[in-house]
Parts: sequence; C-alpha cells; structure tokens
Amino acid sequence: MDEPEGNDQKGKNIISRRCFLELIGIGSVVVTAAGTAILSVEYLSPNVLHEPPLKFKAGLVEDFPADSVTLIVDQKAYIVRAKEGYFYAMSAVCTHLGCITGWKADEGIIACPCHGSRYDREGNVIAGPAPRPLPHFQMVLGDRSQLVVDKGSVVGDDVILKV
Amino acid sequence: MAPFVERVVRSQVWRSIFRHGFPESNRTRAETVFYNFFLHVHPTKVRKRSLRFTYTWGLGGLSFGLFIVLVLTGGLLMLYYRPSVPQAYADMKDLQFVVSSGEFLRNMHRWAAHAMVAVVFLHMLRVFYRGSYRPPKEFNWVIGVVLLLVTILLSYTGYLLPWDQLSFWGISVGTNIVRAIPFGLGDKISFLLLGGHIVGEYALIRFYVLHCFILPVAGVVLMGIHFWRVRKDGGV
Repeated sequence: MDEPEGNDQKGKNIISRRCFLELIGIGSVVVTAAGTAILSVEYLSPNVLHEPPLKFKAGLVEDFPADSVTLIVDQKAYIVRAKEGYFYAMSAVCTHLGCITGWKADEGIIACPCHGSRYDREGNVIAGPAPRPLPHFQMVLGDRSQLVVDKGSVVGDDVILKV
Repeated sequence: MAPFVERVVRSQVWRSIFRHGFPESNRTRAETVFYNFFLHVHPTKVRKRSLRFTYTWGLGGLSFGLFIVLVLTGGLLMLYYRPSVPQAYADMKDLQFVVSSGEFLRNMHRWAAHAMVAVVFLHMLRVFYRGSYRPPKEFNWVIGVVLLLVTILLSYTGYLLPWDQLSFWGISVGTNIVRAIPFGLGDKISFLLLGGHIVGEYALIRFYVLHCFILPVAGVVLMGIHFWRVRKDGGV
C-alpha cells in the first residue's frame, strides 16, 4: 500500500484524526442549524390564508352614473365611470403607506388623509409623498350586468371596460 | 431583641434562608451581599461619586421599575384578553367598562408603557452626556441600544392589541414601511410579521406572541447581562 497513513510524518497535507472528527462534528452542527433555520422560516410562513377573496362584485352597471368616482370602502377600491360611459376599477389604497384614500368630489381629486398624497381620477400622483400611481384592477361584466373586479390582477391604466 | 424575634432568628428555618448574621460587622455586611441572589452582582467597591443621585438620575432603575409594573399589569390583562377577531376589541372594552379595576390596570399598563419609552430614552441621553459608554463599557452601550429597540418594539406590538382603528392603521402603516426594505426582502419580512398580506387575525396573534412572550423574554435576558456588566464595571 503506498497510500500514506493519517498519522504518518510524510502526510503533512493529510488532516489528523482529531481535526477530521472535529470537522465532522462542526459540520453536522452547521447542517442541523441551517436545516432548523429553513424549517423555522417555512413554519412562520402560513400556507393557507384566511383572507377575504380578491374578486368581488361591485354592483350593477346602472348603479354608477356617468362621470362618477365611487369608493367601495370594504373592498378598498374605486369604480370610476367616465363621462363617455366606460368603466375602470382602481385601488383605493395609498401607495405611500397603505391608508385608504377618499374621493373629494368638490375638488375632483383623490386624497389620502394620512400624509397628504393626492391623485387625479386616473390615479396619477399630483401631490404628496406617494411614490407610485394607484394601480388599476381588471374588471369584467358578469351575469345580469354585474361589474366583477379582480384585485389580484393589476392592469395598465389604458385598460377600460366599455358597456 | 424581643424574645419572640430572637426565637425566630435562631430557628432552623431562618438560618437556612439567611445563612449569615445581621450586617453588623464588615464580614457579615459582605456576606449579606454575597449570599443574596438579588445583591450578589453588586461590585465589591462603589465610588461615592457614582452613588450621587444626580450622577444617574436613577433612570436605569426607573426603567426597570416600569418594566416590573408592565409585567404585572400585563399579566393581569392577559387573563381577560383573547387575541382573536373580533373578541380582542370587545375584551378591551370589557376591561375598560365591566371588569373590576380593569380600567385602572389598562391605564396603568398604558401610562407605564409610554413612560418606559421616555425613561429608557432619557437613560440613553444620560449615559451619552456622562460619557458612561466609554471603555470598558462600550459593549454595555451596545446591549443598551438593543434594549432600547426591544422597548420600542414592545410598545409597537402592544399598539395593535386593542384592535381599534388606531391600532389597525398604525400597524398597516408600520408594515408598509417594512415593505420598503430592498431586494424583495421587505415583502417577505412583512409577510412573516403579519402572517399574511393584510392586518388580520394572524397578524394579531403574531403581535400578541411577540408582545407577551418573545420580546419580554429577550428583554429580561438582555437586562440580566446589562445589570451584571454595570455592576462589574463599578456602577450601582
């Protein structure tokens, strides 16, 4: 056998038995700690959420007059009907820190009560600390002229619903 | 000494609890400190200057005293409070209007909490202006900063528990600030904190566990180290 023994004086680059066992010991502790950390983070992220569904029925087409902005408080969303009669749905959650905004009919703007952000009726920021415009949501016409909004699907502000 | 008192002091029970004489000589005075769990961390010598009230303003001790008040009142409030929706809000109202002394305990918890944040902050200012962070006490300053963070987090997690509008929006805004952490970490951390995407029941339970268990235990451990180091460095 020309393979050097572990405690041979020739085997300088061969690690000693003690060092080898220490490395196995430390290695197993590291592996266990890493596994525990991963499992802990997984445990802390719930797999089932009991949150309200993202799709909701906003109302009938005729409930919304032309040139109107309607806040649906429970859903934190606006249903906007333009002068021309088309619809779009928009988030009412301020993009700054998540407060619910409100429609100021007399000024024709959307305003946030928390830190003074202001948006126009298309959701574009016109004042205040909000970093992004209000996202628009997909809206389809359901049964019996029901407007159905899906807050889980964000669309561009050029997407409108003609009825 | 009255004969009755003398009998008590000489009894087996007394002598097994206090294994030394009254602090009358240097030896028994030292023993009183060494053999007492609460006193044993005291240094052997304290400079007279550091005993002056205006040296520390007693702010560390006041913080700890407020912490004791908060643990006691908080423990009692837990007996009536259920961290679930919608019971949490109703239980808080019950504590205010139905439970005997409930309003007193709730207010005591609230005011002590506000005071603790203020006093811990003043304590930090005092340590800064007295230069008490200087070697060899640098690491205790670091522990103190972590304790300040624990205090603020305790205050913040307790803010959600009444489950009223103020709580809800306070935590909505706070966790939205967390979302600003870059590299996609913000959304993950916010999801873990809330146990979901919205401030709901999971968020309430998580904040409750943080407020009543994890943060107080972390605080107690850090306080133990903090006090021990203060004493080893010759403080009160």
